[in-house]
Amino acid sequence: MEKLTEYFDTKDDVSLGKLLKEVENQTPISFEILKHSSMRKGKAHIVGITGPPGSGKSTLVSKLCKQLAAKNFDIGVVCIDPTSPFTQGALLGDRIRMQELAKTPNVFIKSLATRGNLGGLAASTADIVQVLDAYEKDIILIETVGVGQVELDVLGVADTVVLVNVPGLGDTLQTLKAGIMEIANLYVINQADRPGANESVKDLNMMVRESGKTDWKPPILKTMATKEEGIEDLIDQIFQHKNHLEISGIWKEKRQIRNIDRLNSMIQSLLSSKVEEYIKKEVVWQRKVQEVREGKADPFTVSHEIVNSLVNK
Amino acid sequence: MQVKVVMAKLGLDIHWRGALVVSRMLRDEGMEVVYLGNQFPEQIVDAAIQEGADVIGLSTLGGNHLTLGPKVVKIAQEKGVDALIIMGGVIPEDDIPLLQEAGIAEVFGPETRIESIAEFIRSKVKNSIA
Ligand code: B12
Ligand SMILES: Nc1nc2c(ncn2[C@@H]2O[C@H](COP(=O)(O)OP(=O)(O)OP(=O)(O)O)[C@@H](O)[C@H]2O)c(=O)[nH]1
Ligand SMILES: [Mg+2]
Repeated sequence: MEKLTEYFDTKDDVSLGKLLKEVENQTPISFEILKHSSMRKGKAHIVGITGPPGSGKSTLVSKLCKQLAAKNFDIGVVCIDPTSPFTQGALLGDRIRMQELAKTPNVFIKSLATRGNLGGLAASTADIVQVLDAYEKDIILIETVGVGQVELDVLGVADTVVLVNVPGLGDTLQTLKAGIMEIANLYVINQADRPGANESVKDLNMMVRESGKTDWKPPILKTMATKEEGIEDLIDQIFQHKNHLEISGIWKEKRQIRNIDRLNSMIQSLLSSKVEEYIKKEVVWQRKVQEVREGKADPFTVSHEIVNSLVNK
Repeated sequence: MQVKVVMAKLGLDIHWRGALVVSRMLRDEGMEVVYLGNQFPEQIVDAAIQEGADVIGLSTLGGNHLTLGPKVVKIAQEKGVDALIIMGGVIPEDDIPLLQEAGIAEVFGPETRIESIAEFIRSKVKNSIA
């Protein structure tokens, strides 16, 4: 992959597939890919679809794509499924619900395994999204793993978060309240063909009112993904939220925060590898580290000594 | 680097057990398996491109192996996909050489030892830790 820019200029699925494969596996060249795509990103609307296992996220994503593609949007989809902690393998099954998209030319789907990451996304998700964004996708849908309460990583990546629930979750809603209930910009009660949908909408309504949000009142929608009902409304609300983000300045602010977060995390990982190298090179520090290991020196003093010494060099 | 497999039931073949058994088994062998369900050759190759697959697995028990199997190889070559393409299911002994000639790397029948599939993949896919 010598002529990296060509891979970006050709704008075909084969090139994009190769770029994403490098990034997914965090190969040495992925650093160059991310560097290159970093200055080309920022235009795509990034939408997170999250919610409990089996609520219908994949089916919804499929119908969203179908209708968005018909409106000539260029779409990227990132689906995340869990890695087995025992074998490091994964069965990525979201595409089964997206079979009807196979012949839709402007939908590009990438499945990722969490590979040990616990926040509901794969560690490479933000990077994959960045490359799709740089590849001029208009909208990028991220399907998280089926979440419980603490998997909130999608917040850091998405502009708009859609929380998908199913009817009859009265009690569950209460327990979810503590975490993922508050993060959503849009609530969907999917499988509305099942009993209890209206009650769930009522429950949610109360919760949203309690939260006292004023600038953007998260709408609550009913969908039947399998029957492709309620999808137009959902698309409409997703775009209204985008509009809200742009008008309020949050759109721009989110991108700036992401840039800074990225800078900070790069600095941190760079620094810790430099420090590691430094310790390896100098016998004095190795001896100090050994003293800390044996409890003869304290980690607070020694960490300062090492870092100060490196910085003052 | 983890091995990524795209697994499909070829064409309209209704038999799902074999494809799923093999998918789970490869997962348990440490691979990442994207399960597509039923798809036709062109869509299978497109999925392999998007997913960055090292391996394309085709399952067929319905008798379409000779008509659709070689098509997958041909389209993959045309589009510049260099994934390993393997097949499994109920396939007559006599057809296996024909499939291999057409570029299917290996064919695994009903009595296949599960481990042998993973072993074969590992021996053919480079850079793998799985
Ligand atoms: C169960 C079954 C069905 C079920 C399927 C439900 C299900 N569970 O999937 C039903 C009743 C729906 C069915 C329907 C039909 N069936 Co049927 N069915 C079977 C049966 C009895 C068992 C299949 C099975 O599940 N095996 C268990 C799994 C684990 O084994 P497997 O699929 O072979 O997979 C192993 C290997 O082949 C390999 N493998 C499989 N896929 C892959 C993929 C890769 C990448 C790799 C590496 C390996 C691999 O690894 C697996 C583990 O070792 C077989 C008979 C048989 N002995 O195979 C007939 C059989 C497959 N069926 C057959 C037929 C003809 C049909 C029908 C056409 C009948 C009809 N006239 O309507 C329809 C198909 C319609 C269609 N559109 O496809 C024939 C096929 C003949 C042929 N190909 O020449 C068989 C062989 C029966 C026979 N002796 O005539 N069937
Ligand atoms: N009755 C009904 N079933 C639905 C509806 N939407 C989806 N389903 C079914 O719900 C099941 C799960 O759907 P998925 O789309 O796979 O759900 P998911 O949230 O992506 O699941 P995970 O990715 O495993 O967390 C499938 O059997 C769907 O057919 C709906 O509106 N009504
Ligand atoms: Mg899903």
